[in-house]
Amino acid sequence: MPHGYAGRFLEVDLTREKIEETKIPEEILYQYFGGRGLAAKVLWDRLGKRWSSVDPLGPENILTVLTGPLTGFHPGSRICISGKSPLSNGIVGATASTEFAVELKCAGYDGIFITGKASSPVYLLITDDGCEIMDASHIWGKTCEETIKILNAEVKRTLAERKPRIGLWREPSMVYIGPAGENLVRTAAVLTKLVHAAGYGGYGAVMGSKNLKAIVAKGRGPLPDTAAPKTVEILLNEYHKRLISKTRTRQWGTGYAGYSVGANSSSEPVRNWQEEWHDEKSIAGPRYSARFWVKPYWADFNCTLSCMKISCIKSGRWKGDITDMPDYELEAYCGTNLGIFNPEDNVHMSALVDNLGLSGINAANTMGFAAELYQRGILTKEDLGFELKWGDAEAFTKLANLIVKREKIGDILAEGTYRAALKISEMKGVDVMQYAVHVKGIEVGAHGIRSDKDFHDIYYAANVQGGDHTSPAADPSPKDAGVWTELNAAFADSAVFCMFTVVPDLVWELTYAVTGWRITEEKWCREQGRRIITLQRVLLLLGGPDIFWTPEKDDDNPKRFYEPLPTGPYKGKAAEKTVVERKKKEYYKAMGWDERGIPKEEELKRLGLEDVEEEVRKLRRH
Amino acid sequence: MSDRIWIMRDYIRCSGCRRCEIVCSLSHEGKIWPEASRIRIFAPFPGLEVPHLCAQCDDYPCVKACPADALSVDEKTGAVIVNKEKCTGCGVCIESCPGKIPYIHPTENYAVICDLCGGKPKCVEVCAEAGYNALRLTDDPGIHKKVHAVEPEVIAKDLAVNLFGEKGEEVI
Repeated sequence: MPHGYAGRFLEVDLTREKIEETKIPEEILYQYFGGRGLAAKVLWDRLGKRWSSVDPLGPENILTVLTGPLTGFHPGSRICISGKSPLSNGIVGATASTEFAVELKCAGYDGIFITGKASSPVYLLITDDGCEIMDASHIWGKTCEETIKILNAEVKRTLAERKPRIGLWREPSMVYIGPAGENLVRTAAVLTKLVHAAGYGGYGAVMGSKNLKAIVAKGRGPLPDTAAPKTVEILLNEYHKRLISKTRTRQWGTGYAGYSVGANSSSEPVRNWQEEWHDEKSIAGPRYSARFWVKPYWADFNCTLSCMKISCIKSGRWKGDITDMPDYELEAYCGTNLGIFNPEDNVHMSALVDNLGLSGINAANTMGFAAELYQRGILTKEDLGFELKWGDAEAFTKLANLIVKREKIGDILAEGTYRAALKISEMKGVDVMQYAVHVKGIEVGAHGIRSDKDFHDIYYAANVQGGDHTSPAADPSPKDAGVWTELNAAFADSAVFCMFTVVPDLVWELTYAVTGWRITEEKWCREQGRRIITLQRVLLLLGGPDIFWTPEKDDDNPKRFYEPLPTGPYKGKAAEKTVVERKKKEYYKAMGWDERGIPKEEELKRLGLEDVEEEVRKLRRH
Repeated sequence: MSDRIWIMRDYIRCSGCRRCEIVCSLSHEGKIWPEASRIRIFAPFPGLEVPHLCAQCDDYPCVKACPADALSVDEKTGAVIVNKEKCTGCGVCIESCPGKIPYIHPTENYAVICDLCGGKPKCVEVCAEAGYNALRLTDDPGIHKKVHAVEPEVIAKDLAVNLFGEKGEEVI
């Protein structure tokens, strides 16, 4: 077993209530690392040949819950959740910062592969003694806060009863779903800690489809052995020095961007992307820190960046709401995108969607979409049961609950923006797709491309994770230093750590010291990274069973991005079709894909993906 | 007595980064091993991080209670020193501690208690480096040491109300 790995994986079949331990050969780990990469490999191996017929919400889908070799060692420990996505029908590596990843490794496991469907609600309990299936009927239907509270107490009690003499048991750590995931809302997140969400991909619904409420872990062992322990220690000390020097990020997290992205780069969603500019200074910075931040420096395991801040509303109609800053994404999606410019309402909406188990980016994108349809008179009070006006937090609170309970129009909106647009177009006899701001079924992150000052051209259009802003597609050949692309993201998501804590000149040294593998950025971008992206690309294009993507039509931006910006310093600017087409061609070529973006046979061979060729041939004929 | 040190803890300032556990376990175990760290951060609800470590009570009830004569007080620092050879892992020290602070090592049969790193606690250094200062050193803790020998859940319940107001009454 290579260094940095615990060495064992759990295979859980919930239908047969069978649990086994497996190992994965070193060669595979070297090629895919863990997390997102390994998920792609395992999903391809086990489901690839019948990918198009696999229902993401059916028992045969595999939910992968994976760490990577750097998890725990690299500042900012994360877990990577994946599987066939019920939004894109491809796969997304959705990560969230959490001690759960550390507990899992300390219990002796690098990850979990979960298939089947439990006959009644369950949770998994993982300790040094193995994995057990536990009854969860008493927490089914509970909000996220209630779930944490009950499971913390219950598991601590269980462990103390089993081993009473060792002293106080610490709380375990867990990943879990809220009511949204239980009700198969396609924009449901897998959550962890408080409001830490693996949001993109809709894996909360995959957990729900398996009757799996939570996975709880408590490991009492050490993190795995490393190749060069002393070097790891020295590098970590240097890492922390660098992180501690990032004064601005430590102070504000990403929370300052609520104003700067809106006003300066003019790329923040406002009222379902009808605009990307505002000059409302209340939506960032001191209005939050002074009023709501009860814990201004909150960190995840082995991270001194502490970009998280806990907000709490202590008075007024939203009293008792707890969330993080909110971070930039939810300042935007649960704020400006809903026409909300009042910090109080923004904190409330963020706390609400998290507590219900929705993804604050994806589900709030759908809510903005619904509000625009209401603005245009396409959705009415009869569809909703109430009026849905921009900025009305009461109304959006009702809407979030409709979606989670799948009541009235909420049942359709629970399918995610793209599928809802298809259904509403049919239902109303009006094409509403132009208002659906998604790429390949995945609602886009809160960074627009029209001003060309933030995100650009094909960041989303060619993205193997659709609208996921953390993994932007870009031509890998010129590779400007400091530009974060999908190849970097594939590394962070496969070695599994937080992208905010990367120190570029140390990360490959740390990789070497932990794993013993001498890999450079250049090598990663040419081999492992490209292998992972290419495999993801193939699975995305295989798609199905309900929706199939074609590169000509779907490797594109949301229609809205071609409408000129109506306001702000970049008024009149829009995405340019000719630029997008040119960049796409350059990107395909640099990736070793043909002019339609289908991986070429020789490239598959170069990457050791010969076994994918047969399926890819079907795509070429398509 | 002037050489004695004590780690002051300011719960509300703990970020939960757990670097204290990392450096503690690296120093004592040669590995990153949170559950073998002499300081452990409890969190009965996310955000309510409570550093839990020996408070060196003036009357040292654990030392008095140990039936194996395995615990002693370091003359220089005031830390409780565990003699691994003598310790039987019986758990009497845990029971006698008002804060249930000692615990049995995850893989070996002896009680784990903070030894103050012989006078230069590494946890305090890294907490200060990050500017959190949830842990600070003092040479004169006064008479309040024992009030910190409390179970973490008791502190977390108060912390919850401090941070979350009325809502804090119901999160644990």
